[in-house]
Amino acid sequence: MAGIKVFGHAASISTRRVLLTLHEKNLDFELVHVDLKDGEHKKEPFLSRNPFGKVPAFEDGDLKLFESRAITQYIAHRYEGQGTNLLPADSKNIAHYAIMAIGMQVEAHQFDPVASKLAWEHVFKLIYGLTTDQAVVAEEEAKLAKVLDVYEARLKEFKYLAGDSFTLTDLHHIPAVQYLLNTPTKKLFTERPRVNAWVAEITKRPASQKILQ
Amino acid sequence: MAGIKVFGHAASTATRRVLLALHEKNLDFELVHVELKEGEHKKEPFLSRNPFGKVPAFEDGDLKLFESRAITQYIAHRYEGEGTNLLPADSKNISLYAIMAIGMEVEAHHFDPVASKLAWEQVFKLFYGMTTDQAVVEEEEAKLAAVLDVYEARLKEFKYLAGETFTLTDLHHIPVIQYLLGTPTKKLFTERPHVNDWVAEITTRPASQKIL
Repeated sequence: MAGIKVFGHAASISTRRVLLTLHEKNLDFELVHVDLKDGEHKKEPFLSRNPFGKVPAFEDGDLKLFESRAITQYIAHRYEGQGTNLLPADSKNIAHYAIMAIGMQVEAHQFDPVASKLAWEHVFKLIYGLTTDQAVVAEEEAKLAKVLDVYEARLKEFKYLAGDSFTLTDLHHIPAVQYLLNTPTKKLFTERPRVNAWVAEITKRPASQKILQ
Repeated sequence: MAGIKVFGHAASTATRRVLLALHEKNLDFELVHVELKEGEHKKEPFLSRNPFGKVPAFEDGDLKLFESRAITQYIAHRYEGEGTNLLPADSKNISLYAIMAIGMEVEAHHFDPVASKLAWEQVFKLFYGMTTDQAVVEEEEAKLAAVLDVYEARLKEFKYLAGETFTLTDLHHIPVIQYLLGTPTKKLFTERPHVNDWVAEITTRPASQKIL
């Protein structure tokens, strides 16, 4: 059996989304390093794995996938019986699944674009020798504050974003949140009590610790 | 039975995504108009339906949803036996579903941000009495061309984006494509033969005509 391979970068937010899922499921896999600084992701043979030139790409035996959130959903379904359940407790309940799906769309469209810009400004630009643009940080923090206000209200009602159990919806947030906790943006999370508790929960999970190594 | 309601705007691409899914499934529903020009979507009671203040929101009996792509997926599964099948032919096959899921992510992250900017510049800005920024159009058309080159290669191999049958992946593209076909950006679709055929197929579907 050819096994599971992830083609990506251990520091990439999207790659980490997939690694988290594999760790939550206790699955063996190989991380094949893609050298982003060399532009390896924009050339063959990587482009044959993802013609949009973005990490991660993924293989499970003969199945080849890309787009981190498609990969995590595949893993959650394919390995449903193993490790942590990342789907709603009653995964066949179409209404419950739809509630989780809303949360995944919100992460992708409302949270991640803003959180990723902040991670870029505060963290990744420095790795490339560029300087943080504080005006962009101020603008994006204002947007993130509004999103987190909605999360605060949500998490007053439920322990996790999709209900009372940890799901893909929460997991998708973890890599960007981990980066932002090491920046001044951390305050936006800590000054909201329910968000703060949720962040503490999801970042202390063993799988969440494993991806930081 | 309380039935299906869509809270949105008949011209909004996100609202149209949901209307398309409902028409494909031959489902009865009520479209409750949300007056975007008056900022109705940024106030109560709409905010209780979608705290992010965007159309559409949705109701099916007691179930309340928002985010167009979560709603279309719900409709496709909940009404799986009715009307057009919007899932892969073998919907329980996890690998085939993953292939469709890739296409839905690509539409959401690579196609829609660019296509929506082009629709905003060339169509919606004009409704609001603003002018098209041609520099933005040029920049975004270059990005769209790169995306459509990937689609062209894909559609050489398969009739539709996720395989041989029409699925949610194709459907999600339709509303914004319909707008762009009424602009100079149309050429990016027509000058790529397989993309052109695919666009013709998906826009001539009866449901696609109904939302216009």
